[in-house]
Amino acid sequence: MSRLNDANLALAREIIGRYPKARSATIPLLHLSQQQNGYVTQDAIAHVAELVGASSAEVMGTATFYEMFKFEPVGKYLINICGTMSCALMGSEELLHHAEHVLGVKAGGTTDDGMFTLEHAECQAACTEAPNMQVNYRHCHRMTPNAFDQLIDDLRAGKRDADIPAHGTLARVRQQIPAEKAAGAVHPDTVDGPAWMPAPEAAS
Amino acid sequence: MSTYPWAAGYIDDGARPQVVTSRFKYDDGYTLERYHATGGYEGFKAALRRAPGDVHEEVKAATVLGRGGAAPPAGTKWGLMPAQKYPRYLVVNGDESEPGTYKDRLLMERDPHQLIEGCLIAAYAAGLSQVFLYIRGEMPLAHERVGQALNEAYAAGYVGRNILGTDFSVDIVLHWGAGAYVVGEETALIESLEGKRGEPRLKPPFFPAAIGLYGQPTIVNNVETLSNLPWLLVNGSAAYTSIGTQTSPGTRMVAVSGHVNRPGVFEIINGTTTFRDLLYADEFCQGIRNGNELKAFVPGGGSAPWFTPEQLDVPFEGRAAGAAGSMLGSGAIMVMDHTTDIPSAALTLTRFYAHESCGQCTPCREGGTWLMRILQRIVDGQGTKADLDQLLEVGESICPGNFPHASSSKLGLEAVPFPYKMTTICFVGPSAYAPVHSALTLFRDEFEAKLVEPAVPSRRQIPVTAVH
Ligand SMILES: Cc1cc2nc3c(=O)[nH]c(=O)nc-3n(C[C@H](O)[C@H](O)[C@H](O)COP(=O)(O)O)c2cc1C
Ligand code: SF4
Ligand code: FES
Repeated sequence: MSRLNDANLALAREIIGRYPKARSATIPLLHLSQQQNGYVTQDAIAHVAELVGASSAEVMGTATFYEMFKFEPVGKYLINICGTMSCALMGSEELLHHAEHVLGVKAGGTTDDGMFTLEHAECQAACTEAPNMQVNYRHCHRMTPNAFDQLIDDLRAGKRDADIPAHGTLARVRQQIPAEKAAGAVHPDTVDGPAWMPAPEAAS
Repeated sequence: MSTYPWAAGYIDDGARPQVVTSRFKYDDGYTLERYHATGGYEGFKAALRRAPGDVHEEVKAATVLGRGGAAPPAGTKWGLMPAQKYPRYLVVNGDESEPGTYKDRLLMERDPHQLIEGCLIAAYAAGLSQVFLYIRGEMPLAHERVGQALNEAYAAGYVGRNILGTDFSVDIVLHWGAGAYVVGEETALIESLEGKRGEPRLKPPFFPAAIGLYGQPTIVNNVETLSNLPWLLVNGSAAYTSIGTQTSPGTRMVAVSGHVNRPGVFEIINGTTTFRDLLYADEFCQGIRNGNELKAFVPGGGSAPWFTPEQLDVPFEGRAAGAAGSMLGSGAIMVMDHTTDIPSAALTLTRFYAHESCGQCTPCREGGTWLMRILQRIVDGQGTKADLDQLLEVGESICPGNFPHASSSKLGLEAVPFPYKMTTICFVGPSAYAPVHSALTLFRDEFEAKLVEPAVPSRRQIPVTAVH
């Protein structure tokens, strides 16, 4: 059931076609299955493996290397509080403690209602706006305890649905390469130089 | 499109030259319409009117230093590819995750067409057959903005087959990462793009330019590096080198965070701006918060050895920073005022690198974890004198010999210049040690103040379980 559905399968094939080698699409396809199911299931691993021509073990090996892939259900909202230097200097530890208190879970835990998973995270490329956190990887800059409480209320009330989709969905605008415009993936075994470069004779 | 806060932090007082941030003042700087209205794609069109080799020479003449960390000049790096070996690939490094670094995300969210134009110029000049634009996974807005911009660029005929009616054809493929700092290392980036675990490759070969993606010649360039090219092709290398210094021409984006009055991201003139300017000048950060004293600052991302007020007059220039015992890295300064607890601050960085170790090399995997655990113990008030020695000993096993550090007249220390020796495949291992070494060299008294007498006067056993 958690293999890619028909629409996602079509998308997956399109994505694979952009790469010279199918296996390069492993991470994008894992994202796609996480978007479909909220996390990466064993069936999805097997399906991605089939699609990219690798073994399930190889795909699992890749998937487990990356922080963003979850192999068990997480909350609808994944809250990542940055604890690296710039944020730590500006009070991220207090923010994390506040979050643990408000949500009633320790970092790493999920609330009983399945709404929130709380995590200690590392630098989010927003260091001048510390302390930072992300909700489903959407940045929240210069957080305060009050702003945190407000955000949690809004998320519970569904007021942020327009800009913060459920866990697993990253960008909602995807790249599309129209077939008639595509230059095409260039396989490593292609030996010709690009057409716009002078031929070897002309160059020498 | 989303309404959550984006691209905050950029500060411009209108006084400095703008090579890469000129469109940041527009709320719609990411659209093709705005890009066209502000001279967009003119640099690329100018390039298309010239021979590829000629464009390559122009980039070489400008000495566009790489903005990703090690600062190799872009044109020279492209020239390292073996002649006539095709296909060649361009992999754009948009994995920005070095602690303190905040610039590539801004460039991707606010001016994605400029980056795309930079990719096109590079591909045309260096004969690159396909472009992969690898964006850090935890940046969905950058994925959206760059994805949307690519869709517009394809529709307008700037990317794809027979671009603008010429023989030049190239696809730019947007690729999402999935969260792993080490993937920013160029050979790990390539492994990741091949669908594998993001583990850095053993060197040699030292350059992906020789053997990279699928074993083919590959150029890896940082987002900011490529974003310089459109301006360069419009204005020429003479104009580019007239900004900054001879060894560091052009401008640079620098993020200053931590205990300053006005933290922010600035586009500064390369080479001449000093750290004192950046931290204290009105046009930049306007001094330390609450009128506090400056204690120390990290000058070039979490991997860089620390500076103290004694180094404030060092210019933001690669060689000068290297001679003073550190590096500029990714253009990130993190500022600590006198209230900062130095061992705890060092811990936040060492924990980062220990957590991000890919695990291939024992000195990094085990050593980073040891450093983190010993530091944690000291911060928790349970460290002993032996722990301080142990920190240096573990560091020595990652980086044998003299590790670079700044001078201190107070402590009678001479600077030890960059670089260092290392026992690991990549710089993550040494980076775990850098904050420990700086903190312990410059602020040893703060560690000693936290020590306790050991209950049993023997060396402690250190737990060796992995952090993951
Ligand atoms: C551990 C590690 C992490 C790195 N992370 C990044 C990064 O996030 N972004 C980046 O552009 N370069 C990063 N680099 C540098 C790259 O390896 C590479 O030098 C750079 O992308 C080349 O681009 P440039 O020549 O345009 O600077 C990292 C290097 C190391 C060793
Ligand atoms: S130094 Fe660390 S991160 Fe780098 S290759 Fe070795 S184990 Fe991996
Ligand atoms: S340290 Fe928190 S965003 Fe960089």
